[in-house]
Order: sequence, then C-alpha cells, then structure tokens
Amino acid sequence: MSEIFEKVKTIVSPYCKNQEALAAATEETSFLDDLSVNSARLVDIVIDFEDEFDIEVSDDEADAIRTMGDAVKVINAKV
Amino acid sequence: MNEQKERVVITGMGVVAPNGHGLAAYEQALRNGVSGIRHQPHLAEHKFACQVGGIPQGMEEIKLQYLSEESLLAMNEAMVFGAVAAIDCWRDAKLPEPGSCGDEVDWDTGAIIGTGISGLDTIGEKLVPLTDAGKVRRLGSTMVEQVMASSSSANIGGILGLGGQVTTNSSACTTGTEAIANGYHTIQMGHSKRVLVGGTEGASIYSWAGFDAMRVLSRSYNDNPEQASRPMSASAGGFVPGSGAGMLMLESLSSAEARGAYIYAEVLGVDVNCGGQRNGGSTTFPNPVGVQRCIQTALKRAGINGSEVDLINGHLTATMADPYEVKNWQQALNCEPQDLPLINSTKSMIGHALGAAGGLECVAAVLQLDKGFVHGSLNCADIHPDLMPFANSIVQKTQASDAQVLAKASFGFGDVNACVVFKKFN
Repeated sequence: MSEIFEKVKTIVSPYCKNQEALAAATEETSFLDDLSVNSARLVDIVIDFEDEFDIEVSDDEADAIRTMGDAVKVINAKV
Repeated sequence: MNEQKERVVITGMGVVAPNGHGLAAYEQALRNGVSGIRHQPHLAEHKFACQVGGIPQGMEEIKLQYLSEESLLAMNEAMVFGAVAAIDCWRDAKLPEPGSCGDEVDWDTGAIIGTGISGLDTIGEKLVPLTDAGKVRRLGSTMVEQVMASSSSANIGGILGLGGQVTTNSSACTTGTEAIANGYHTIQMGHSKRVLVGGTEGASIYSWAGFDAMRVLSRSYNDNPEQASRPMSASAGGFVPGSGAGMLMLESLSSAEARGAYIYAEVLGVDVNCGGQRNGGSTTFPNPVGVQRCIQTALKRAGINGSEVDLINGHLTATMADPYEVKNWQQALNCEPQDLPLINSTKSMIGHALGAAGGLECVAAVLQLDKGFVHGSLNCADIHPDLMPFANSIVQKTQASDAQVLAKASFGFGDVNACVVFKKFN
C-alpha cells in the first residue's frame, strides 16, 4: 500500500465507526457502506485531507470521493 | 375518556457536578460539605472580576469512558456533560445498555433536556471567528448540531435510542426544574411511560462574561474559592458561576412497578408560572406574588399543606435576592419565621449552574429524601440580618432526616418560576 493510502487511513480513523473494516481496508473500501462513516462527516474528512497534504479539493472532487481509492487518486493528482 | 391520571415517580438519576461525578460521589460531597468551586485562571486572564467557578473535574478522562472518539468530534462541553449524566441516569434506571439493542427504538421514552445558554463555546471559539474570517467552508459539518438549542437533547436521544418526544426547554435559571415539570405532565397525561428530564450547561467564558459585566457574580473571594458561594450570608456578594448536568428518569408508577424498578421518590405536584414583570418584578427580579403563587399552586396540586413540607431546597444564589426568597417561602407556606421548614442551598457547594441548576439541585433534593439526610449550606455562619428570624431553619451542618416531603423551586430571568414537590416513596 502507498504512503498516501496509509495517511488516508490515519486521517479517516476518528470518523470510522467500524474500526475492524478500517484495519482491513483496501482501495475498494467505501467510507459510508464499509467504514460506517456518518455521511455528514465526509466534509470534515476532506478538510483534514487539505490540511494534511496542503492541497485544495473542489466541491465536485470532494463529491466524487466514495472509497479509500477515490481519496488516494484525488490526493495523488495534487501532491 | 380515561380520567385516571398516572402517578409519576423517579427511577433513575445521573449527575456531573463540580463537586462530584456520579450519585455516590455527589452524595458524599453533599454530606461532607465538599465545595467544587475552584480558582479559574482563564477567568483571570480575561480580566473577569469573578475569577472562581464551578466546573466538573476530570471530565477529559471520564468522557472517554462514555463516548466514542467519533461522537466526541461533534460534542461541545454542555453536550458532553449532558450525555454522561444521561447515560448514568439511564443505567441507574436499569434500562438496557445503550447500543445493545441494535436498531431498536425505545418508543416509550422521551427526553426533555434543558439548557440556558447553548453551545457558546462552539459559537465563540469556532463559528464566529471562522465565519468572520471568510472561512465558512472550514467550519465543517459539526456546527449546527452543536449550536442548535436542542443540541443536548438531540445528542442524548441518539445515544439512548429514544422514540418519545425529544426536546429542549429553556427558561433561564428555572430551566432544569421546568424540565421536570414538563416531563411530569407528559407522563401524567399518559403520553409517555418515561421521560428523561434535567438540564445541562457548559462553562464557556462567553456564557459567564455577561453576568460578570452585570456585577452579579462573586468578586471578593477569588483567593478563597471554596468560600466564594455564600447563600443566605450577610457577606454574600453575588453568585459563583457553575456548570454541569443533572438528570432524572421520570416514569409512570405503573411502568416502574411492572418492571420492578427502584423508586427514589414520587413527584407529587408541580407548577411553572411567570410573575409578569409586575408588582416589583422585572426581567431580573421576581414579582413576589408570582413566586408565592407558584409554590402554593404546586403544593395544592400535590395535595400537601404548607405545614407538611419538611424540607426546602431553595434557589438561593448568594445575591441580595436570598432574603426575599426566604420570605416568599414563609408567605407561601403561611407560617411564622421560626416555623419555616429546614432550608438549604446546594449552590453553596457547586455554584449556580444556570440552566443545569434545577437538574443538579433536584438530584440533590431527591438524594436527601431517599438517603435520609439534609446537607449543610456552606459559608453562611454570618446569617444575613434579614434572615435572623429564620436562623434555626437554615441548615449549616449536615444532619440525619426522616423528611417525607421536600419542596424545590427555581427562579429565572424573565420573572419565571418553577416549583416541584417531591415525596419519599413508601
């Protein structure tokens, strides 16, 4: 797994109600369905990505983030 | 139509107080006269005249035993205090462990959780600075649920899976006691089997600053915090701001008996009114007629004569209003000064917790009835000259008691009053 994937895992951890699923997460793991993240909190996760990686994520890009892999792809394109 | 009204009893309690978390610790603190008032350096830094306050201690660690990291991301102080007290109250009532019932909703239980000034820590530290800086996007998703007036009741409703009415009441310093009155009506009318009631209040400097500016806070005991809250004393110079949460599980007697619940006390009668800011009353000072009517109406509904009241847990904040309050009790109970029932002020130990005061003090009241004691009021050895005729009724040292009936009242800005009559359950 990439360094960015591991960082994403750390960032999303406080928001995940299913920590077992997070420990076993892959690129396909869904924030809402698998990790049981409250959908309202996706906004906060994106703000945390911006702070951690010093990037800006547009609203459209943020809306497209559904899985761990989606997040890594968006971040990879900007760092 | 069924005219038979439900009797209402108390089957659980929870408390997060400046002088103790949990019923056992709170009872010991009340019995032993333990003050929770401390010097507060952050008040000194912000140049408050009052630099003491009552803030629940050790909550940074305690909250982690009750609430997940995920849920704490969206909880300010009042929500944390309220949630911990509510979970304790729920467990004390021997209801199924929160989170153990999957998607089941408890349709038979509601919550009326009052607060005086909701979420000012969130508003002052995050919402206003970020909005003013043009950084609205950076507020994230957790602002609304922390600043809406019903933030604490909504939070608790979710934690416990409540399916009855879940709402928040607010009537300044009457709030917590008003919540009990509201829950009482809900159960009495048969609308719900149980209602979790009480109040919660955070300790934000933004909540307390306005009171400091009004010069109604204690300012002469910054170096002796445990002596700062002095209800009924000649040297009372203002109230000490407090915070915390006090919760009670109100339940219909039939429901409590059906499930074999322990019953702490019965709520015999309540009244909530307003003095209309007439006859000497104002936003900040009570119309004595309103206060007396409130107490008398609660007693009448309870079917209790003034002479049957054994204990009074007063509002008694340590301002110039204390002597007026005691005289109102005397008038309402229609007794001679020397015949006033025993009276004490829980605020002498915890300060004035505003919207949580009624909740915290009703828990103290019910504990006294259930456990057979009357707690002493701290710092009133120098009884106010106007209260000397009542000196024998003012409890300075904790004593054993076989009291059956306790009257509790709270009063608030807006000239609003609430009185609840509790009776030991036999």
